[in-house]
Amino acid sequence: MTGLLEGKRLLITGVITDASIAFHVARVAQEQGAEVVLTGFGRMSLVQRIAQRLPKPAPVVELDVQNQEHLDTLADRVREHVDGLDGVVHAIGFAPQSCLGAPFMDAPWEDVSVAMHVSAYSYKALVQAVRPLLSHGSSVVGLDFDARQAWPAYNWMGAAKAAFESINRYMARDLGPDGIRVNLISAGPVRTMAAKSIPGFSELEKMWGEKAPLSWDVDDPTPVAKSVCGLLSDWFPATTGSMVFVDGGVHFLGL
Amino acid sequence: MSDNVLSGLAEIVEEVAGVAADDVTAEKSFVDDLDIDSLSMVEIAVQAEDKFGVKIPDDELANLKTVGDAVNYITSNK
Repeated sequence: MTGLLEGKRLLITGVITDASIAFHVARVAQEQGAEVVLTGFGRMSLVQRIAQRLPKPAPVVELDVQNQEHLDTLADRVREHVDGLDGVVHAIGFAPQSCLGAPFMDAPWEDVSVAMHVSAYSYKALVQAVRPLLSHGSSVVGLDFDARQAWPAYNWMGAAKAAFESINRYMARDLGPDGIRVNLISAGPVRTMAAKSIPGFSELEKMWGEKAPLSWDVDDPTPVAKSVCGLLSDWFPATTGSMVFVDGGVHFLGL
Repeated sequence: MSDNVLSGLAEIVEEVAGVAADDVTAEKSFVDDLDIDSLSMVEIAVQAEDKFGVKIPDDELANLKTVGDAVNYITSNK
């Protein structure tokens, strides 16, 4: 099937390598007819090089979600490439080392606050920054990892994702009257640059593959990418504040 | 070992990580000697892929400890 996102203008964050989930979201979106603008953080030369590997090379605008000036100017800088947006993808997360894998009880607030700022609050900050570009019928999608339970090693990133899930609901409530849908994809583990920085990831990926009723391949980002594109499309017109599980079915199993 | 690949790789390392190209010699370890972090390694690999027309999978990248390892991998896979 092609053309699911024909004519849609999308802003996609979170690309750092061609293994990034966001890279595959951009790829599938372009295959479905979307026009894509990426944001990049830190290593702009790397992101720009990776952007050339998409089916259609995409422009990259710089965005550090902790930089207020970047946020304040984001809409104008996106407007240099597209005249509005029909969708935004949030795929941004970071936690200092003390917050991932280290003893949960030892993490100091100065580190936890960074994890919360970059991985949770930024969802609101990003959407607020591009709000002037979003019209009725547009769709916001965030990439989540199920925060209803405690995972090995995930620790304060999990706490940040719990805040992220709550922010998703409040944004859905407040933007709904303007016809803007706000949803999450709660994905199973995918082997990316970010995943490699999670100390317990290998444990998690092994368990996932064994448990998932539909099976799960940590090396295949396409199921997640397709599902994000589904939510960006016009085919979930009455869905907002939701968390769609794209995890092979692991979330509903007890053991 | 290919001198062309070595000098090409050295240019990339200089551009990405700011290490003088002359210091990028076969026996040097990327992490221990040249002080290159994991994201810089990714960027070096991506540039090397574009420049030499090879694919360097992530799992393979982790095995390329020294500059010589990388030169040998690129030479035998391009």
